[in-house]
Amino acid sequence: MEANLDLGPSVGQVEKRYFTFGDEGGGLKLDCGRELAPVTLAYETCGELSADRSNAILVCHALTGDSHAAGYYHPDDPKPGWWDRMVGPGKPVDTNKYFVICSNVIGGCMGSTGPMSENPATGKPYGAAFPVVTIGDMVRCQRRLVDHLGIDTLLAVVGGSVGGMQVLEWAVRYPGRVRAAIPLATTTKHSAQAIAFNEVARQAIMADPKWNHGDYYDAGRPEHGLAVARMVGHITYLSDESMRQKFDRRLQDRCELSFDFEADFQVESYLRYQGNKFVDRFDANSFLYLTKAADYFNLENRHGDGSLVAAFSRSKSRYLVVSFTSDWLYPTYQSRTMVKAMKKNGLDVSFCEIEAPWGHDAFLLPNERLEALLRGFLDRAHADLTGGGHAF
Amino acid sequence: MRFDLQVIASWIEPGSKVLDLGCRTGSLLTHLTREKGIKGTGVEIDERAAGEAIAKGLTVIHGDIYEEIEDYPDDAFDYVILSRTLQQVADPTRLIREMLRVGRLGVVSFPNFTHIRNRFQMFFQGRAPISRELPYEWHNSPNIHVVPIVDFRRFCRDLSVPIVREVAISTHHHDDKGRIITFLPNLLATFGIFLLGRPQSQARRPVFA
Repeated sequence: MEANLDLGPSVGQVEKRYFTFGDEGGGLKLDCGRELAPVTLAYETCGELSADRSNAILVCHALTGDSHAAGYYHPDDPKPGWWDRMVGPGKPVDTNKYFVICSNVIGGCMGSTGPMSENPATGKPYGAAFPVVTIGDMVRCQRRLVDHLGIDTLLAVVGGSVGGMQVLEWAVRYPGRVRAAIPLATTTKHSAQAIAFNEVARQAIMADPKWNHGDYYDAGRPEHGLAVARMVGHITYLSDESMRQKFDRRLQDRCELSFDFEADFQVESYLRYQGNKFVDRFDANSFLYLTKAADYFNLENRHGDGSLVAAFSRSKSRYLVVSFTSDWLYPTYQSRTMVKAMKKNGLDVSFCEIEAPWGHDAFLLPNERLEALLRGFLDRAHADLTGGGHAF
Repeated sequence: MRFDLQVIASWIEPGSKVLDLGCRTGSLLTHLTREKGIKGTGVEIDERAAGEAIAKGLTVIHGDIYEEIEDYPDDAFDYVILSRTLQQVADPTRLIREMLRVGRLGVVSFPNFTHIRNRFQMFFQGRAPISRELPYEWHNSPNIHVVPIVDFRRFCRDLSVPIVREVAISTHHHDDKGRIITFLPNLLATFGIFLLGRPQSQARRPVFA
């Protein structure tokens, strides 16, 4: 998406840290039944933890994100973290007030344990021997990190898309440890349509001969398969309207159709560019594992015996749920379904469907409404906690 | 705050649970939270208004009042407020029954259609009345019902919904000032405001008067 360079004040320099557990036994027993040890989480923090440790906000990244939510690693980095617009001094997730934590999920490839990590049994990368992980597994690792940081109760957990699934998992799995939960542009379970797109993306990777059943770290990587997988993903993040506005049927660097299989149209060129850019930063096996985790996520089955109302009966958090009109990957009806289940449990829930033409991607794009919602909701959660009266 | 909302606010017991249907940007809920320590929830169909209310720190659902009210369990609220919206809802009977299912008491306010100025416009000009309270032309009005105070009383009687309290007001051109009309309210009041109890057959607890 086009970078809006006016990001306002930044948290400045941040550092990626690592937290490892289970290197002397006591790893993580995964939902699949296997044990993962050791487990490393890459994480970053910004802001100051208050003396009573009550001002921590956990930010959960989306499918292919990382721990770098805000700020810069080096002063000459061209771009800040992925949610710098929302996280920083004076911003809605205000680092002058809150201590912000963001960690890379397990199964990922941005510093946390994943298929690219060394398998202690073989001394080589796990590859396809890495166990299938779930959103629940990711969240249980994050809980270990939060424990490690000496934080009992999080003021808020916030995230969009697959990050929003982690938010929901946190609020239901650890009801006493999340005061406020902000699931954005997300769902309590993937629709068949969402699983279908993920499956096409996975097949693109696995059909690439270089994938070699996940064992490619010594040879060439399945770049073409991964690029196609990313192209499929990108289509689901946009919308008919946003593609019409961005590309329509405009031709790329030519005045006439080529009558061959070059990228005639701008939309083809854009998808190829996004695909090729992605392979530089992402691991194909991680993509398989993370999409699988998203497909497996089913909050009502895991925590409510098939009933979403029962699942939320465990929760004590207050919620801000946000969806976007043109998001067809996780359409508004899916957010309304979770809001309904929260209401039936008497939970304190606010919901807003924001009019935005940009599809699922909207939660990452500049949006004054979203910023105002987050700011007001967090202000009240913080004010109620500090006993400073209400935020009016 | 608008005078009709001041009257409504004066009826709300401190510390109660309040649902405001069609809460706009949440000025009543903000007032009640600050002054009476209520636990408030709003429903608002307009994204901008709902967004502003949430940004103030209020609990608000962006959605349609019919659909949203259905999800709340019985007795979830002490008061359910429907302010200046009755004339726009498709099925007032259904909505009022739902209000008195999720809430112990209902508060309904509406512009009094048979106010003397409206009658003059109809009688002397022969036109559909346009007033400060009902400021629309026939073709762009969101209002689908005309509600005189006397007809609303009869409507409550037909539904066996007891009227616990009733006030008719006339507001000045400054919205935040007004007075209570006791003489010929159906002719002289611009708004009717009613506190409704549960239908006798479904009352679970005694209502206070």
